[in-house]
Amino acid sequence: MLKMKGITKTFPGVKALENVDFEVGSGEVHALIGANGAGKSTLMKVLAGAYGGYEGDIFINNRKVTINNPIDAKHNGIVIVYQEVDTALVPHLTVAENIMMDYIIQQKNVFMNWKKIRRFAKQEIEALGLDINVNRLVSGLSLSEKQMVLIGRAFFHKAKYLILDEPTAPLSVEETEKLFEIVRKIKNEGISVIFISHRLDEIFKICEKITVLKDGKNVGTFNTEDLTIDQAVEKMLGRKLENTYPKVEAVAGDTLLEVRDLSGTGGVKNVNIKVRAGEIIGLAGLVGGGKTELCKLLFGEGKITDGKIILEGKNTTPKTPTDAVENGLALVPEERRKEGIFVNETVETNITLPTLKSYCRGIFMNKGKIKKVSCENIKKVGIKTPGEKELVRNLSGGNQQKVAIGKWLLSVAKVFIFDEATKGVDVGSKAEIYELIGGLVKQGKGVIYASCEFSEILGLTDRVYVMYNGTIAKELITKETTEEELLYYSAGGGLNGE
Amino acid sequence: MGSNGKKFDLFNFLYKYGTIIVILAAVLFFSLTLENFMNFSNITNIFRSVSIVALIGLAITMSLTISGFDLSVGAIAGFASVIAAKFMVVWEMGPIPAIIVPLLVGILIGCVNAFFIIKMNIADMLTTLSMMFLLTGISITFQNGSAIYNFMPLPNLGGIAPGTMSKAFLYIGQGKILNIPVPVIIMLVVAILAHLFLNQTKYGRYLYMIGSNEEAAKLSGIPINRYKLIAYMMSGFIAALGGLVLGARLGSGEVNAGAPYLMDAVAAAYIGFSVFGIGKPNAFGTLIGALLMGVLLNGLIMMDFPYYSQDIVKGIVLVLALSLTYYKRKE
Ligand SMILES: Nc1ncnc2c1ncn2[C@@H]1O[C@H](COP(=O)(O)OP(=O)(O)OP(=O)(O)O)[C@@H](O)[C@H]1O
Ligand SMILES: [Mg+2]
Repeated sequence: MLKMKGITKTFPGVKALENVDFEVGSGEVHALIGANGAGKSTLMKVLAGAYGGYEGDIFINNRKVTINNPIDAKHNGIVIVYQEVDTALVPHLTVAENIMMDYIIQQKNVFMNWKKIRRFAKQEIEALGLDINVNRLVSGLSLSEKQMVLIGRAFFHKAKYLILDEPTAPLSVEETEKLFEIVRKIKNEGISVIFISHRLDEIFKICEKITVLKDGKNVGTFNTEDLTIDQAVEKMLGRKLENTYPKVEAVAGDTLLEVRDLSGTGGVKNVNIKVRAGEIIGLAGLVGGGKTELCKLLFGEGKITDGKIILEGKNTTPKTPTDAVENGLALVPEERRKEGIFVNETVETNITLPTLKSYCRGIFMNKGKIKKVSCENIKKVGIKTPGEKELVRNLSGGNQQKVAIGKWLLSVAKVFIFDEATKGVDVGSKAEIYELIGGLVKQGKGVIYASCEFSEILGLTDRVYVMYNGTIAKELITKETTEEELLYYSAGGGLNGE
Repeated sequence: MGSNGKKFDLFNFLYKYGTIIVILAAVLFFSLTLENFMNFSNITNIFRSVSIVALIGLAITMSLTISGFDLSVGAIAGFASVIAAKFMVVWEMGPIPAIIVPLLVGILIGCVNAFFIIKMNIADMLTTLSMMFLLTGISITFQNGSAIYNFMPLPNLGGIAPGTMSKAFLYIGQGKILNIPVPVIIMLVVAILAHLFLNQTKYGRYLYMIGSNEEAAKLSGIPINRYKLIAYMMSGFIAALGGLVLGARLGSGEVNAGAPYLMDAVAAAYIGFSVFGIGKPNAFGTLIGALLMGVLLNGLIMMDFPYYSQDIVKGIVLVLALSLTYYKRKE
């Protein structure tokens, strides 16, 4: 049994955790939920020894322990899998080497017994019921496979407490299912899993206990069966969420963007799409279906081998993202840390970058105006930050995502492309983001919204293109379709002759 | 466990003002122990001695903003001095082409560097390292093996060189305005312009953003290749300007005269990261970095510290400044 008592953690300007108690039983799958910036990741980082110090006490099996660094945590059987899995893996080593990393480091022999290492790694992988060749390089693995490798590593450590910080955010439905199977397996071995997610339906599926954090305080711990999703949301946000998908009524006008027979890098083939003014188009598809590649191609990133992109009747096929922005496109990319934001820059610098030209006199920046615009935008998007000069890396994951979105809302673009834009965003903020998107279409903009969460597609969009294997498998009217139908086509259903 | 009270603050203070404090402390120490340290002529002397390091450091700073690196700046500076000298001394041209052409050549070299880095995708270090060798070779060939100076003997034609370095040209390196050496004025003007450019204009912001996350900069619509090109062109230009000042001060043209400034300039630029806790390449910091080394070396030499041990001081200063910058980043 693991118990955290009176944990307090402050950062300059922020009290991230205030006197938090948290308790996890053995073999328990315990959810930690809360709005963006509530302190979930911070609490888990304390437990994993990511910070040098903390206030409060940690007990394991009623014995007080001190965890000042990741090694302490490991000795106490605590392993964390961060959302940024790449930070914990060595890409040009094999799966086996990555799983057995600590074993390899601790080896006293000069010569490695690679056979043994591979065998051990294979055992771990098989024990988890996985099917990954241990000789493959980690750089060639998908995100979900990388997670599995990290879980495999934790398993090898004989971890007693496994922390998963938003593991499912980048995963497809199937991959999520697979992860859950593993979680169940681990649980049966008596290992406790602490599970952070903003997808509440998942939590209700696999967790037996739920702890809700709000503004750095513990609101309470509940048995899952004593709570409904709506109640959980209310506890998280401190208010009832009236409408998950606030629908803004906008009338669809003329065709804004037309994509004709587009093919290009990333396996995009023969894509035909139309977006009208005042319309939200869904791009539905499984992870790997080609949504991201298509979004990037539309935005001039990658090489277009065939076809054209017509904006307001003019051929505007972009060669670079710069062209695309000049033509009136905006893209909120999928991988925020890598592509969307500048973590070592301030919130202000981030959200004013694409529109910087508008806050300049000649070539000189008008810093007063930049500050004013940023403050307004921070409020509008609901970014939780101590100030506009805060570095983005100090924001919580969900708030970083809001920065990635917020930087485009100032632009005069005509067509906005969102690629998995609400990844890691809490339910309350999601509704706010949908509202912002609604506001865009109301102004007569067009929106392309790519997502592998079909409930989101159904709630938000007017029309859906289902992608499979780099091409459009089916066009559907959102009102007339169902989640099952979307899943059917996105798995290649319509193409294989039923 | 709440151990991050006082100690933390001290570190933060050092992080922000450490470099400045060291300069002030050094100045105070030397002026108390050396009676000639604080007089006007010694101070202008220090400034003049750092002017070339500072200029070449500013050139490197430009490439550092985009997370690039320009190792060819020393060679560009040397080459610029050779072109100027050959134009005037051997080809008997006036000072105007002898100034304009090397500057244009500097920009051109920046373009070539950028081409190989951007289009051929060669790492910046390797591209500019190759460029350094290439330029040194071209330059030595161009100067027929030895330095070019007034009345030098001409090996092939016999006799002595027909032209001389013009007064106007030498003024760049040896002149004074209101008792302030011209190199110092050039250094200050370039530093101020670079500072304004990097901090007050949108272009400067674009350069920093490219350096901070190239992919995100690209997807924000910034034409990253254009700005990388601009960074290397500016690097080449400023390095060439540094070379002209060098050539005018020495009254000769010699590519190897530029080489020793490379490492000092790199050090100045990196020390500059730590000034005021900016943590990034910046023009003002580079100037301070160059000054810090200049003050220390000048004082130590006046105290009879052997000149051949100067590098010890440089090494220590650099590693301390880097510690401030990178330890903070680790947090
Ligand atoms: N290194 C840091 N420096 C300053 N503030 C920080 C730092 N890390 C976190 N914070 C702040 O602490 C608060 C809690 O952040 P935390 O990352 O724990 O939120 P979270 O609950 O995980 O949110 P999300 O769901 O968005 O991931 C936020 O307000 C955040 O801005
Ligand atoms: Mg988090």
